[in-house]
Amino acid sequence: MQTNALTDMNPDFLGEARRQAEICNACRYCEGYCSVFPALHADRAFSDGDITQLANLCHNCRGCYYACQYTAPHEFELNLPAALAEVRRDSWESFAWPQPVARRFHTSGGMIALALVIGFALILFALRALGSAGGEGFYAAMSHNAMVAIFAPAFILPLVSLAISLRRYWHSVGGTTLKLADITGAFGRAAKMQDLAAGHGEGCNFEDEDRFSQSRRHVHQMVMYGFLLCFAATSSATVMHYVFGLHAPYAFFSLPKLLGLIGGLLHTIGCVWMVALKLKSDRHLGDVQAWGGEIGFIALLGFVGFSGLMLYALGQTALMPAMLAIHLGAVLTFFLLTPFTKMAHGFYRLTALIRDAQRKRLQG
Amino acid sequence: MKPNDYDIAVIGGGNAALCAAMTAAEAGARVLILETAPKAYRGGNSRHTRNFRCMHRAPLGPLVEAYSEDEYFADLMKVTKGKTDEHLARLAIRTSEECLPWMEAHGVRFQPSLSGTLSLARTNAFFMGGGKSLVNAYYRTAAKLGVDVLYEANVTHLELNGDTIEWIDFTHEDQDIRITPKSVVVASGGFQADTDWLTRAWGPAAKNFLIRGTPYNRGVVLADLLEQGVSQVGDADQCHAVAIDGRAPKFDGGIVTRLDCVPFSIVVNKDAQRFYDEGEDTWPKRYAIWGRLVAAQPDQVGHVVIDAKSLNLFMPSVFPPLKADTLEELAEMMGIPADKLVKTVEEFNAACGDTSNFHPTELDGVTTTGITPAKTNWARPITEAPFYGYSLRTGVTFTYLGLKVDENAQCSTADGPIKNLWAAGETMAGSILGQGYLAGYGMTIGTVFGRIAGREAANHAN
Repeated sequence: MQTNALTDMNPDFLGEARRQAEICNACRYCEGYCSVFPALHADRAFSDGDITQLANLCHNCRGCYYACQYTAPHEFELNLPAALAEVRRDSWESFAWPQPVARRFHTSGGMIALALVIGFALILFALRALGSAGGEGFYAAMSHNAMVAIFAPAFILPLVSLAISLRRYWHSVGGTTLKLADITGAFGRAAKMQDLAAGHGEGCNFEDEDRFSQSRRHVHQMVMYGFLLCFAATSSATVMHYVFGLHAPYAFFSLPKLLGLIGGLLHTIGCVWMVALKLKSDRHLGDVQAWGGEIGFIALLGFVGFSGLMLYALGQTALMPAMLAIHLGAVLTFFLLTPFTKMAHGFYRLTALIRDAQRKRLQG
Repeated sequence: MKPNDYDIAVIGGGNAALCAAMTAAEAGARVLILETAPKAYRGGNSRHTRNFRCMHRAPLGPLVEAYSEDEYFADLMKVTKGKTDEHLARLAIRTSEECLPWMEAHGVRFQPSLSGTLSLARTNAFFMGGGKSLVNAYYRTAAKLGVDVLYEANVTHLELNGDTIEWIDFTHEDQDIRITPKSVVVASGGFQADTDWLTRAWGPAAKNFLIRGTPYNRGVVLADLLEQGVSQVGDADQCHAVAIDGRAPKFDGGIVTRLDCVPFSIVVNKDAQRFYDEGEDTWPKRYAIWGRLVAAQPDQVGHVVIDAKSLNLFMPSVFPPLKADTLEELAEMMGIPADKLVKTVEEFNAACGDTSNFHPTELDGVTTTGITPAKTNWARPITEAPFYGYSLRTGVTFTYLGLKVDENAQCSTADGPIKNLWAAGETMAGSILGQGYLAGYGMTIGTVFGRIAGREAANHAN
């Protein structure tokens, strides 16, 4: 079953990435930039699984592209960031479960927008059908039980889907039994987003050709930590509700509100900034086909944050039920699409970094 | 600014040119770079380089331990067999130490010695991302210093009148332009991309040479100056040439076309005869002489034969080797006589002795006895199928015939110095190197003399 996922992958993408990796392996000038090159240089030949692992290690910092003496018009036509980006997206689609929805959203911002509309409609329908059981605050529009009934499965199903995908990934790239150090090492790299820093720590080449800049790295961390804070806000509310019997609405100086407000601001601003950076970048150094899907995903993610902030701002007004439907619709869509949009990249990147830490440990 | 408003024109766009331009701009001069290549190919051979050989009395940047002036000079003398200008060579060596921090201050970033190059960790500082990233960083720094650059600017003539360059003619965007800068720095490399000139120096053999670097170093400015009596140095047939993969592109193949398999192989010519000791020394110390060895063989080609047990002992090649189950098949794929190859291999195998001390990364003394030429290290019989083959050709990096300069990088005629002409980089490297090559020394010459030329040109202009 595991190898089937690899055979679903596009042989043209794999072949082109392999051609380029073999040239890189004879050169090695980029060894100091990121995790990809030391991993690449450890092999003499590249299986489909090796290429898939390299693709998921690549953070598309583009340092190697601008340093490369073999980019077009040179006949070798190297563009490793793009070749790996194509393999990467193809791997997410090929390993995804269930397959019928796997290839719908990565390449299509329109499909993401359509899903969002459906998400709104579902929540509106739920508001009407289930109504309120007479609670306070948001629960006046939709009861706590109704929210749980909708969002528990919407949260758990994508996690199950991702778990299946990552298990396929792990076996495809030759992963073996884990040690704690593999995991802590990988989280350490991700926490600092070291692979967007270049070996010298001065950032990546993104919005202005070969100029090194920390913008993308910092913006990515704004979004990531902002999102994690929002997640922490919801989690803290869940604990307060079930463990301590403290029910919403919460005051301003409470964990859910403070974490949510800071997180929401960070990740909303971060998403807007990320789109601005992407618009300045050369899209031919990424997965050209996925451009629309990526922008659509960042817009969705940003909208989740923005609608959450708006809900907070308008929570005491007559607009609250409408705003609640919009925000919950966005959250629902975002959750359900997680395994099938760019959101999956975080899970794959972490898994690839864990596998890389393991490789380094085993190869000494 | 208009092309004529500059104090200094720098001809060329690689490491030496950029070092000169940045130094002159920092001294307050208005500098214009005339680069003949389009932007995508800017930087001449520098875009293919990877390191800078650097003297240091204590650990410095990425460099470990120490590398003294005398040791550095001794390394140079070994490869040039004494054909070296000691005064200028030592000047370059001594100055290299202050260059490394200067390079960092101008945007260059270093990385630890690359995998497969551990032997250079003490002597050579590797650029993060290689030479093109160095070139990119220098162009950015130069732009901040106000240096302007014209790409695809083809300099056709420098008018020498007595001891002065009066003007420069160049074409740019279909226009003929004449400028009269106060100072001129020539840093436009050798002439190796001009096959006709190479053929005049080497004979018809040169047609089979590959050019490892830029196709834009055609020696136009060099020839123009030499014709007007500017002092020349070096022999036309001396160059930095190495043996590379015979399937490499004619130009710009760069680093990936190198083959590291020779020490574990036998190398035969098109008649399937061996012609030199493949195991004389480690490859980094021998790859440069193999360029000339292959050039001396019929059709300027060598064929490398290894067997299965040696395949993973060297850095992977960019093109996969030929592969065959028998030597006869391999010979056929190579286009050499099968019976003769089998005979050569049999004779070689019979001359191999005890191989139990075989050690791929050290001179192991595992040698042949009773054949000529002997193989004096790593001599193991070629017996295990499948057999693998590569072709070797001569790859020219840069030619040494160039402009003679003094310690101020100043050019001269028989009548004395030219008061506003300086040269730096490969175009004057023959002033130091008579023959042979030491890895990373080209960047040392370019950086040291580029900075000197920039300083002197600015002094004159101000």
